[in-house]
Amino acid sequence: MENQSIHHHTFDNGLVLLAEPMSWLESAAFALLVPAGCNYDPGERLGLANLVGEMVQRGCGSRDSRQFINDLELLGADTSASVANAHTSFGGAMPADSLIEALQIYADVVQCPLLPEDQFEDARLVCTQEIRSLEDDLPQRVFHQLRQMRYGDPYGRKSCGEFAGVQAATADDVQSFFHGTYRPNGAILSVAGNVQWPELLAQVERMFGDWQPRQAAMAVPTPTSETCRHVSVESSQTHIGIGYASVPYSHPDYFQARGAVGVLSDGMSSRLFTEVRENRGLAYAVFASCHSLRDRGSVMCYAGTSTERAQETLDVLLAELIKLADGIREDELARLKAKIKSGLVMQQESSSSRSTSVAADWYHLGRVRTMDELVGILDGLSCESINRYLAEHPPSDFTLATLGVKPLEIPFGISSAQT
Amino acid sequence: MEFRQHKLDNGLEIIAECNPQAYSTALGFFVKAGSRDETDQLNGVSHFLEHMVFKGTPTRSAADVNRELDEIGSMSNAFTTEEQTAYYAAFLPEYQSQAVALLSDILRPSLREEDFAMEKKVILEEIAKYDDQPPYGAHDRCMVAHFQSHPLGRIVLGSTQSVSALTRQQMLDYFRSRYSPSNIVVALTGRVDFPRLVEQLDRCCGAWEPFEAPRQILPAADHQGLEVYYKESSVQQYIVQIANGPAVEDDHRYAARVLGTVLGDDSGSRMFWELLDTGLAESAALGSYEFQGTGLFMTYLSCAPEDTQANLDTVRRIIEQAERDGVTDEELRQAKSKILSHLVLQSERPANRLFSVGNNWLQHRVYRTVRQTMDRYQQITRDDVHAILQRYPLTHTTTVTVGPQTEVSGIAARPLPAA
Repeated sequence: MENQSIHHHTFDNGLVLLAEPMSWLESAAFALLVPAGCNYDPGERLGLANLVGEMVQRGCGSRDSRQFINDLELLGADTSASVANAHTSFGGAMPADSLIEALQIYADVVQCPLLPEDQFEDARLVCTQEIRSLEDDLPQRVFHQLRQMRYGDPYGRKSCGEFAGVQAATADDVQSFFHGTYRPNGAILSVAGNVQWPELLAQVERMFGDWQPRQAAMAVPTPTSETCRHVSVESSQTHIGIGYASVPYSHPDYFQARGAVGVLSDGMSSRLFTEVRENRGLAYAVFASCHSLRDRGSVMCYAGTSTERAQETLDVLLAELIKLADGIREDELARLKAKIKSGLVMQQESSSSRSTSVAADWYHLGRVRTMDELVGILDGLSCESINRYLAEHPPSDFTLATLGVKPLEIPFGISSAQT
Repeated sequence: MEFRQHKLDNGLEIIAECNPQAYSTALGFFVKAGSRDETDQLNGVSHFLEHMVFKGTPTRSAADVNRELDEIGSMSNAFTTEEQTAYYAAFLPEYQSQAVALLSDILRPSLREEDFAMEKKVILEEIAKYDDQPPYGAHDRCMVAHFQSHPLGRIVLGSTQSVSALTRQQMLDYFRSRYSPSNIVVALTGRVDFPRLVEQLDRCCGAWEPFEAPRQILPAADHQGLEVYYKESSVQQYIVQIANGPAVEDDHRYAARVLGTVLGDDSGSRMFWELLDTGLAESAALGSYEFQGTGLFMTYLSCAPEDTQANLDTVRRIIEQAERDGVTDEELRQAKSKILSHLVLQSERPANRLFSVGNNWLQHRVYRTVRQTMDRYQQITRDDVHAILQRYPLTHTTTVTVGPQTEVSGIAARPLPAA
């Protein structure tokens, strides 16, 4: 990995600018994370952050909504926007010489959107469509249930909110949410690709320097004690989600936990793929992944399987999770390391992949890990270190979410014992 | 960037777009074998065979194949379409010879009986998965309704019934009729050691026996019709529309893609402004797809069930208006800018670039640099785009809709048959 440099500047208003020049690319990409996610939705307006995210993209500064999209397309910017729990994020990848102009447009999006009242009903309908289409996405629904049970409110919320909240929202709510939460303190702008740091810094200062900081309050956290939920739907498969506690990305043991989950699920020789799919033919899709909030984490697993084999699938999944505490083998770890290393090197082929990783690192760690540092961490992982972690934190206290024709039985003691 | 090619004595073609600066290498075996080469009785065999290829050879078990793919840290997978089966892996350049050895070996699979029985279960789960997932088979049903007895009217996955009935012997016979070296292209992109590659492939694949593996290219008729399927548990209504379009050999396909971008891109297109920006539909898109001998334009819509008719009318009005008045200079400029930028972004990753390079060679033995493709799009004029609409009447459509509507355009809904 050659000459990686990551630049950082925190402006007086709190905005953090990060940049990773990648001179071998023709493209540049940015990610702009604004601390205005659905955690800030008032309880009776679930879905407001998403509605505001839709409204801020309907014209800003001197551009009406049509000009906004036309200009971005003429710049060749492939853009996206999404609302998550902590942030509302905007991003884009484009030919590098379009970057500064695209950033200028997004500087307007987050500082001076038009929030046109005559488009409020259209925006509300867009958000309603999103809620409706999620109803038809059964695997996503399982994950949302799992999240809710693992994290409670507001961290377990789904970003599109609820039908009632979006229906109740008014144009005034949009104004007050925007003015109350869109702010530079806590915001992160990361850029990667064929860019020059001094010019970027000066331009971003000019575009975002006058953005005024403010204080915003998110919903009061309420934990949940629910550990098992079945939702009855007419479906061909039963969709199974299992979650259990893990450590967050910022925790010193994170890569021990990540290593263990990698043995479970990364690659075609991983344990879940082998035991559930290859050896038993129980599912086409089966996997586990680490999920991280800033202060807590989870492992979440999924399998989709036909109703009559769902109980067997659940039993096999749980058995594999419990067996993980017995430890992993050298050969499993060696394969995992090869895979993660390839992935790290290949990130250098994509400006958008680097811009999102850089922003995520800053959010979780308050700094950015270099490739060298990551390779060092990876090289330091051993079976002993991972097995020590697993012995201290055996997968246990499982949360179970299922969607399908029939509920499944949780083997006695599994959900609460094993601590 | 240097293009290199070589043909083995048995007809196996090797091509590579070599970039000594690249961080990674991508390798694909592209086989001219897809659902259009099957019979009704064998429907699904191409895709099932794709799975079986990972189940091992006389010298490798299924577990060996999975393990070795992971040992080289590769991102590997395979897919099957109407016209081809592709096996691919992306890896760091130092693993080139291991990857070539592994993929060339698995392309001569053992097709063991016990693996066949186990993998059949996985395929049936895959079919069940799509059964639960929007648009609930509307795409497949529309292909069947549009192409009728034409080979492209055979769906890639096959049905539960056709896959259940397949035997190992039938698969072996199919393999022996399609996987001739003269029917396979090996393509690489990224950092490639070409001399070593040719030498190795000659050693690994030189003994593969060639045979004739012709494909019937029949003209496709111009069908029109509407099929309405009832699915009570679906929240949204899903609609797929197909009209004829330019074939892969047809130079009109560039203008067709520009037309699709102007009318039906997911952002900034006419459908976007009328249906998505207004929240009248959850998704609305129109794109062109090419096959050998024929092509198609496909429209995809999802929306609240009660808006189905109005949205279909809007799509028709958008197309009729374009047929009458063509597209504007501004729209043309915007569409080109999007397409060109997309080409640049895509080409930065060898793993993405692989598919353009491999497909082009497999389908019509053409290699084009990214610049050449960009130049071709630059040359498209408003007249070229308008001519597409004269040549291919986009209002002559086959339409299939699935959802809770009991009637659409006066056609009563029938129950959705099992997959």
